[in-house]
Amino acid sequence: MAQAAGISQHGKGAPARLARRFVFLLASLLAVSFVIFAVMAAVPGDPAEIMLGTSAAPDTLAALRHQLGLDQPFLLRYLDWLFGVLTGDLGNSYTYSTPVAVLIGERLAVTLPLAGLAILLSLAISVPLGVLAAARPNGPIDLLAALFAQIGIAVPNFWIGLLLILGVALTFGWFPAGGFPGWEAGFLPALNALVLPAIALAIPQAAVLTRVTRTAVIELIGEDFVRTARAKGATPAYALWRHVVPNALIPVVTMLGLQISVLIAGTVLVENVFALPGMGTLAYSALAQRDLIVVQNVALFFAALVMGLNFAVDALYAVIDPRLRR
Amino acid sequence: MRRLPLSLLVGGAITALFVAAAILSRFWTPVDPTAINIPSRLKPPGPGGLLGADHFGRDEASMIMAGAWTSLSIAFSGVFIGGICGTALGTAAAALRGRFEAVVMRVNDVIFAFPPVLSALLLAAVLGGGPITTITAIALFMVPVFARVTRGAALQIAARDYILAARMAGKSGIRITVEHVIPNIAAQIIVQFAIQTGLAILTEAGLSFLGLGVSPPTPSWGRMLAEAQTYLSAAPHMALAPGLAISLAVLGLNLLGDGLGEMTDPRRRSSR
Repeated sequence: MAQAAGISQHGKGAPARLARRFVFLLASLLAVSFVIFAVMAAVPGDPAEIMLGTSAAPDTLAALRHQLGLDQPFLLRYLDWLFGVLTGDLGNSYTYSTPVAVLIGERLAVTLPLAGLAILLSLAISVPLGVLAAARPNGPIDLLAALFAQIGIAVPNFWIGLLLILGVALTFGWFPAGGFPGWEAGFLPALNALVLPAIALAIPQAAVLTRVTRTAVIELIGEDFVRTARAKGATPAYALWRHVVPNALIPVVTMLGLQISVLIAGTVLVENVFALPGMGTLAYSALAQRDLIVVQNVALFFAALVMGLNFAVDALYAVIDPRLRR
Repeated sequence: MRRLPLSLLVGGAITALFVAAAILSRFWTPVDPTAINIPSRLKPPGPGGLLGADHFGRDEASMIMAGAWTSLSIAFSGVFIGGICGTALGTAAAALRGRFEAVVMRVNDVIFAFPPVLSALLLAAVLGGGPITTITAIALFMVPVFARVTRGAALQIAARDYILAARMAGKSGIRITVEHVIPNIAAQIIVQFAIQTGLAILTEAGLSFLGLGVSPPTPSWGRMLAEAQTYLSAAPHMALAPGLAISLAVLGLNLLGDGLGEMTDPRRRSSR
């Protein structure tokens, strides 16, 4: 199926390379946490004053500052936060007075299913479209795919969201125009509330992935292993879906990994459009309320998520790349 | 001469239209885009207001024109600053190799994990919202983008005979980079510049939508959409024009970038 030289070379190097990547991941996360903390420490304004109001007595303020650990030196506060993060104690929100970890947990129950649904939808659109486009270059489906790819990349996801509210939710009443009933309201009502936002997130992603799928399939269709399969009697369709598509998924997954950060950023906007209580709206409202401890933890969480997923994609190669398996 | 690619012509025309509208808006718009006119509040498109009016009765068409300036100038500035820094780092990494290259590319990987919307949220906590925050967030994200592209391109150039000749002539690494490498990768840099400016327009619009962009009353497409959401059923026209403007401007720049790429790299013609 692939060149023998490639197998042994990749086979030996992969675990060591992954280990090196993992060490780098940890080092980067440490660096990122420090940058985030330093930026937040540079924010003008005093959290104690924000919590108590400007009219609070100086000794009350001092007491609260002491309680929050704000009177400690910078480095000590950083290490304290870092230790908290590692042990799951992210501190208390200044405005909600709930543990930040609890807040993030609640919000993740919206954002993670939303992002997951968006990824599934984007793959469900892009892989068939890209493969069919590549099967007949310059055919009608190829032109349609090219048009979709160009337009999909250019259209802002929050505008797609507005159009979906206008065209689907308000006109036909099929899906809610916004808000989230919570998973305790039942699986279907909760899922329904995520459908339109997921479509808004999925379309730009699908546009990028359609292009990648098409290019990958076109490149692979001329390869020797496909010709061999055809010579052994495989129909064109069988050769395409059984031999070409699995290999074409490698660049698709790579691109998906690179696009994760775009998707996460997209959730901030789309959750805002649909008034979904997710991580994006949490970060946004925390910023507006100067709830810096929340902003700080959410930013670190997003960074860790993006970097962790990119690492996972790297590791996933070993599973999906037939040459790296074994 | 070869026929120009269609994408170049279409993309170039759309981009030229937006640039012209943006520049023209500095001198003339049909109506003052900030003029409040309550009698024509939420008026749908028609005579007297090509694209209708918003909740303050402001002329949508004039706001779109003025918004083009906001959007293009911020996106262009961000990409320009980030592009220069990224190109400098990328070509330096390719010229110096070794530890410097490793550090630059690793740091780039980390910055790349922060999409501009997130870094803008963090920056907004320190600087507040506004054009400086937006430009900084865009520029920051562009550094790794340009560093990657230019490093890759510069490494390919570095293997050419004329670079070897220049080195044997005793030219320094910096001189070779400036005199030989950068001119030879300029086409790729320009292609990236067009495409990334399109993406930066999306970022600027997103940040304005969140209220982190330019402050009112300076018109911006993103904030027009945010305001349109409140009046979605009463005045749907408010949600159409700004979204179309953003999409068309980005589409134009993407096509322009693709077209330029096709023109400078014949191999890309077959693979679109």
